[in-house]
Amino acid sequence: MKKYSNEHEWAQVEGDEAIIGLSVYAVEQLGDITFLELPEIGRDVSKDESVAFIESVKAASDIYSPLSGEVIAVNEALNDTPELLNEDATNTWVFKLKLCDANEANSLMDETAYLEYIATL
Amino acid sequence: MSELKRTSLYEKHKELGAKNIGFCGWDMPVQYEGILKEHKACREEAAIFDTSHMGEFFFEGNILFSGINEAVTVDLLTLPVGRCKYGFILNDKGGVIDDMIVYKADIDRLMFVVNASRIQEDFDAIKAQVHNGAFTNASDSTSKIDIQGPKSKEILEHLLHVRLDGLNYFSFTEADIMDTYGLISRTGYTGELGYELYLDNTAAPKVWDKLIKLGATPAGLGARDVLRLEMGYSLYGQELDENTTPLEAGLEYFVQYTSHFRGKEALEQQKQNGIPKKLIAFKTNSKRAPRHGFEIMQEGLNIGVVTSGTYSPSVASGIGLGYVETSKFNADKPIQISSERGSMPVELTTLPFYKK
Repeated sequence: MKKYSNEHEWAQVEGDEAIIGLSVYAVEQLGDITFLELPEIGRDVSKDESVAFIESVKAASDIYSPLSGEVIAVNEALNDTPELLNEDATNTWVFKLKLCDANEANSLMDETAYLEYIATL
Repeated sequence: MSELKRTSLYEKHKELGAKNIGFCGWDMPVQYEGILKEHKACREEAAIFDTSHMGEFFFEGNILFSGINEAVTVDLLTLPVGRCKYGFILNDKGGVIDDMIVYKADIDRLMFVVNASRIQEDFDAIKAQVHNGAFTNASDSTSKIDIQGPKSKEILEHLLHVRLDGLNYFSFTEADIMDTYGLISRTGYTGELGYELYLDNTAAPKVWDKLIKLGATPAGLGARDVLRLEMGYSLYGQELDENTTPLEAGLEYFVQYTSHFRGKEALEQQKQNGIPKKLIAFKTNSKRAPRHGFEIMQEGLNIGVVTSGTYSPSVASGIGLGYVETSKFNADKPIQISSERGSMPVELTTLPFYKK
């Protein structure tokens, strides 16, 4: 099950790991994505820390980690084909964390709450 | 914030599911299905743009004795009837109040097309030079649709039921556009074969619909900005403003010294003394884009600022324009652009970025 942050990242927790991606809403706001800088593997990140950035034809934006942990993998396919995110944001992960605290995900929104949140934006 | 103005095509954009933004006080479509798709449609087929937010002024009177020829850098006396020309309205310092296209419909009839954000300043500046003749602002009743791309001629010929073979670059003609009087020029802001249609607000929605039916793809301001930047065309408010002269912007070609115009002395003086800043064009070695406001660096020193930048689908890299201080800039040494996200090398290039 996906959980969402205020900054429009999703996290899918499995055990003490989580894959992180961007919400469909975030990708629609950015438009055609042209470039993605992925975080370094091995980097320790805190919740809400800027860890990567993304560029579209019209804008550039930071990507924030929705959870704390160590980056243990990145989706290398996005280096050459960042447009995968435009095609299917829900099923395209960006990076993978080894979590400090699996319970931290409880502070994130579930899909219903997130949809309510973006309706207010 | 005051209410955004809407063009005559506002409802059409809504029907098409456009994503709108506030642009110079107007509620304008930034994109419909996506900037890349719309960009491709323009380069390969035909795209249409709503540019009704732009301003149109009409002048009727004696060009030589009214003072109108002193208002712009185009020599309106030598401009042939049926032709239009790009140029500037300058302040006394030679700074650009606006860039514009002036159309000569007859020996005593002109139309000026100006940027939406500058309509009032432009009208006042021209009016101040004109001491007789009728000078009017028709911006609110005039719609403008640009059709651009290799198939634009074919589509427009179908719409008008006339051949456009005789309509050369920067020429125009009065025309019957779906039973309404309008004006069509062989001009545009994309570098493609294309036309700009001026027509009354009441006729614009049906012409828009018909152009789509004939195969044109609606495109928003997002694609328009990428297309113009690929050609290296300046955008007012970015490359041009009241503190920038056409010489600094590399646009002296569009200044006709044969006439006397406001700002001419300042330009002549700057020509003698040299320009303090100059516009440069550069590209990145990746898909990362320069952005407005990034610093331009050389040997660790800040030497200027990026005015426009985007990812260019036609060039397949980031492209940008910016101003550098002439005294600090060395064209033979490497430059970088930098922002809070770090620095990246860029390579100087010549315009247009997109060479066919």
